Amino acid sequence: MSRTVVLVDAVRTPFGKAGGMYAGTRADDLMVRAIRGLLERNPKIDPASIEDVAIAAATQTGDQGMNIGRSAALLSGLPNTVPGYSIDRWCAGALTAVTTIAGAIAMGTNEIAIAGGVEHMGNHPMGEGMDPNPRYLAERIVEQDALAMGATAERLHDRFPQLTKERADRYAMSSQLKTAKAYADGKIQRDLIPTAARSAELGWTVATADEAPRPQTTMEGLAGLKTPFRPSGRVTPGNSAGLNDGATAALLASEEKALELGLTIKAKMLTYAFAGVEPEIMGYGPVPSTLKALKQAGLKIEDIGAFEINEAFAVQVIAFLDHFGIADDDVRVNPYGGAIAVGHPLASSGVRLILNLARTFEAQPEVRYGVTTMCIGLGMGGTVIWENPHFKGAK
Amino acid sequence: MSADITLPAGAPEEVVTNALVRDIDLSAFGGKGSMALITLDNGHDHNRPNTFGPQSVKALDAAITDALGRNPAAIAITGKPFIFAAGADLSALSFLNDRNQSLAIGKLGHDVFRRLGESSIPTFAFINGLALGGGLEVGLHCHYRTVATTAFTALPEVFLGLVPGWGGATILPKLIGPERAVQVIMLNALNNNTMMKAKDALKLGVVDAMYEPADFLERSIGFAVGVLNGTTKIERADYSNDPAWESALATGKAAALKKYGGATIASPFKALELIAAARTNTLAQGFDAEDQVLADLTMSDPLRASLYAFNLIQKKRKKVEGAPKPALARKVTKVGVVGAGLMASQLALLMVRNLKVPVVMTDIDQARAEKGVAWVRNELTKQVEKKRMSPESAARLSALVSGSADQAIFAGCDFVIEAIFEELSLKQELFKKLETIVSPECVLATNTSSLSVERMTEGLKNPERVVGFHFFNPVAVMPLLEVARTSTTDDATTATAIAVGKELKKTMIICKDAPGFVVNRLLTRFMGEVTDAVDEGTSPAVADSAMMEIGFPMSPFQLLDLVGPGVALHVSETLHNNLGPRYRISPTMQRMVKEGVRNFYVKGDDGTVSANPAALALVEKGLTPSTAEQVRSRALKALAEEARMMLDEGVVTTPAEIDLCMLMGAGWPMHLGGILPYLDREGVSESVTGKLFHDKGIASLP
Repeated sequence: MSRTVVLVDAVRTPFGKAGGMYAGTRADDLMVRAIRGLLERNPKIDPASIEDVAIAAATQTGDQGMNIGRSAALLSGLPNTVPGYSIDRWCAGALTAVTTIAGAIAMGTNEIAIAGGVEHMGNHPMGEGMDPNPRYLAERIVEQDALAMGATAERLHDRFPQLTKERADRYAMSSQLKTAKAYADGKIQRDLIPTAARSAELGWTVATADEAPRPQTTMEGLAGLKTPFRPSGRVTPGNSAGLNDGATAALLASEEKALELGLTIKAKMLTYAFAGVEPEIMGYGPVPSTLKALKQAGLKIEDIGAFEINEAFAVQVIAFLDHFGIADDDVRVNPYGGAIAVGHPLASSGVRLILNLARTFEAQPEVRYGVTTMCIGLGMGGTVIWENPHFKGAK
Repeated sequence: MSADITLPAGAPEEVVTNALVRDIDLSAFGGKGSMALITLDNGHDHNRPNTFGPQSVKALDAAITDALGRNPAAIAITGKPFIFAAGADLSALSFLNDRNQSLAIGKLGHDVFRRLGESSIPTFAFINGLALGGGLEVGLHCHYRTVATTAFTALPEVFLGLVPGWGGATILPKLIGPERAVQVIMLNALNNNTMMKAKDALKLGVVDAMYEPADFLERSIGFAVGVLNGTTKIERADYSNDPAWESALATGKAAALKKYGGATIASPFKALELIAAARTNTLAQGFDAEDQVLADLTMSDPLRASLYAFNLIQKKRKKVEGAPKPALARKVTKVGVVGAGLMASQLALLMVRNLKVPVVMTDIDQARAEKGVAWVRNELTKQVEKKRMSPESAARLSALVSGSADQAIFAGCDFVIEAIFEELSLKQELFKKLETIVSPECVLATNTSSLSVERMTEGLKNPERVVGFHFFNPVAVMPLLEVARTSTTDDATTATAIAVGKELKKTMIICKDAPGFVVNRLLTRFMGEVTDAVDEGTSPAVADSAMMEIGFPMSPFQLLDLVGPGVALHVSETLHNNLGPRYRISPTMQRMVKEGVRNFYVKGDDGTVSANPAALALVEKGLTPSTAEQVRSRALKALAEEARMMLDEGVVTTPAEIDLCMLMGAGWPMHLGGILPYLDREGVSESVTGKLFHDKGIASLP
């Protein structure tokens, strides 16, 4: 890399449940709110100096279409001189927006830019408009299971019998409890942009907290849930992320520019990697992508002091942890809980991982390196390794 | 709470504006506790704005009770997308038949809205969109207001013949002082209902803060938290000793007199009284006074006529009475304008701006044609300079206009309008010539004001494509367009003319081709009676002021000066020749035209207006002077007689069309309902024609 890429700031809207508090709110309005909230928090940045706006959405039609990147820039009131584009890598959309912008900054073509993502799964249910090529199945390029994410999670249980339902449920409950504690401690609210939401029946409100968390979750309750992806399966709505609406936005800059403008530096990007796996076990994707990124960074897994792993499914997280010999309840992993509690509005989640990691960096100056990683449909993983700018030496 | 209010019989069912309450956690905004946010939403989109009828006011009352019961840190009110609230539901007002009922509605609004002002918990209005009349008054009762940058606000009551009677006339002067209150309540309303842009409302102090729509609600809550925390301080001045009270009220009075030609019209003068009283009144006293005024006004014929006129204008703007199916209209892709004088140039400008198709102009020589084109292009440039048009749009439109001395350039036109000298034979020749150039379907339109359109079709191969298309000067400003059909004009031609008129954003009536159509026929008859009276020996001062108390925007001779004696004489001659001797030709006017005296009034160096001695010297010295009362009586009788004849002849089919014409073409005031409601209520219609034009209750008290 020719130049160091830094995270200046990142924010998100509270996440809603599909059909819930954002049922009457447009996806692009959520995205606009995140961008405006981000800029309001960073008044030193002249909006005209933003050189690009990369916005991800997994379904790019309707209120997530029209080139949501450019569209969100214009609707946010950014000057029309600021360009924008849209990104799609399914669940890793926002993560890819961040890495793509980072690539541009590292190459010296951008100094400061916005990366983010949005998904309104109420307006755009999973699979909307999908038309899989019949060759997939006819030529056995993938098996049927590869096209349904819940089925790929069941396949992970099949592949790794040590990943029991009980472990998955326990991990899921812990995610809920960590999120509940983080909320109680005011840790999550810090990066939420209050977002107006209207219901024709109830009137206007302002979302100030995630809608999905279930702090009252118990192991007994989880054990009794149905397994919608196969009879007597292991994957339940309780140990999976739900269907959610939300938007995220991050400001990235070259280190020089950030220093010149006196901007906060919340994290420094070391490297990133994406990698593919069998689509039938897409949840395993973070393993090869993390291995690749570690290799690029010249680091070992032991060097990583903080993990933000997207919790599409609990089994996919513990598969990752198992591979690297990390305990399911390791304190370095998702200290504020994760997607199982707060939700996973597909293409927006990557930036949520990053903003959580930045908070961990801030709170733990003894941590030097952190990882944000997530699995991606059709068999991929994505990993970004970050360095803590607050690092003060190991304890 | 007030007694139950049931809608009067016949009134349409109220579209109820619901008031929905939700709690907002203020901690996310750095505040403490919660805000009870009331959303006004009638369940329809922005095309049916929120309004306040009795049920809606009660819904708000319940919402305020609900909100207070939540013990919030603040209460706020906002609207549905694009709309805060467009004011009182006027639809039931025309059906009220009991003053007590009317009084109760006014009082109900006060009783509910004032709870927002009297609340010990701070109240806020987040004016996210259009807020008119009672809608803005809801906001005025609140302790603080924010507005979205795109929201328009106004107190249009005086425009409608009412007063801001749900607190506005009392609160606003106390809030922003007499000068600015007069601006909003009087001057804006009287100036054709001018609305405030958000930045104007902010500058005037009507609102306390302004935010962009993208995150208006969030920012407004942020503002509220700032106020609650004490970090945002909003200072309120005490205007009771403001030195500007006298001058502000005088300004308001002058504006009211000017608007109605010197007449003392109830609504603006009552509004002024309420504003004046607000100086020392308590709010409670002010609200009581508003209730009384509102009840008086709503139980008056002028208000009923005004509501009738307002609804008529709204309705007929969209739907033209007797129009053929729009599908019959032919596409207009090129327009011709014959003549390049001022009228023709105005028409060319209007056509090119609205239709955005090639517009070709001709005149008797190339230089004149080019002068017309240059005028149009210069007007477009002026629009750019005033930032009302983008340079691209102006360039596009300029390039669409061209001129020539050769009428061959009309080839390919779908619509040609002539605005040449008012001489029948010239127009007949012109249309014959045009038939050799344009297609048989091309509409040939004439902007004649009094000549027979029928006779212009004589000798034409395709007379069915000729139509009268009569604008009023200045054509860009005056909203009326009279579309005159001859006995042969076909539906496709009429539909095309209507379609063009719609593009030009005109209000239209379809009339039979009859001399003077509607507006000029009535105006000329009316003015003829006044000039007759003068010619008979009535002092011009007496004759010209005879109608003052009715409230016309200008006196007959002021109108004469505006039109010019030449045109007026020409029209009266044409009508005299075609309609008979009741249209007399005034020797005074003939002399004025002959001597080149163009004005009856002159403006002195100090701005005062006085009778022009040159005109006075030419006045016929008759020996049978009339009193003002007699002049007024004969002029009104003439109007009633002529209007009835027009309806009997089928010039138009409904009295409403005549009213619409006088409202939109002559600028006659709404409190007259155009004119026929006034003639009805003054007993003139019955005494002259034996019957009313409108059934009781249509534009009058029941």
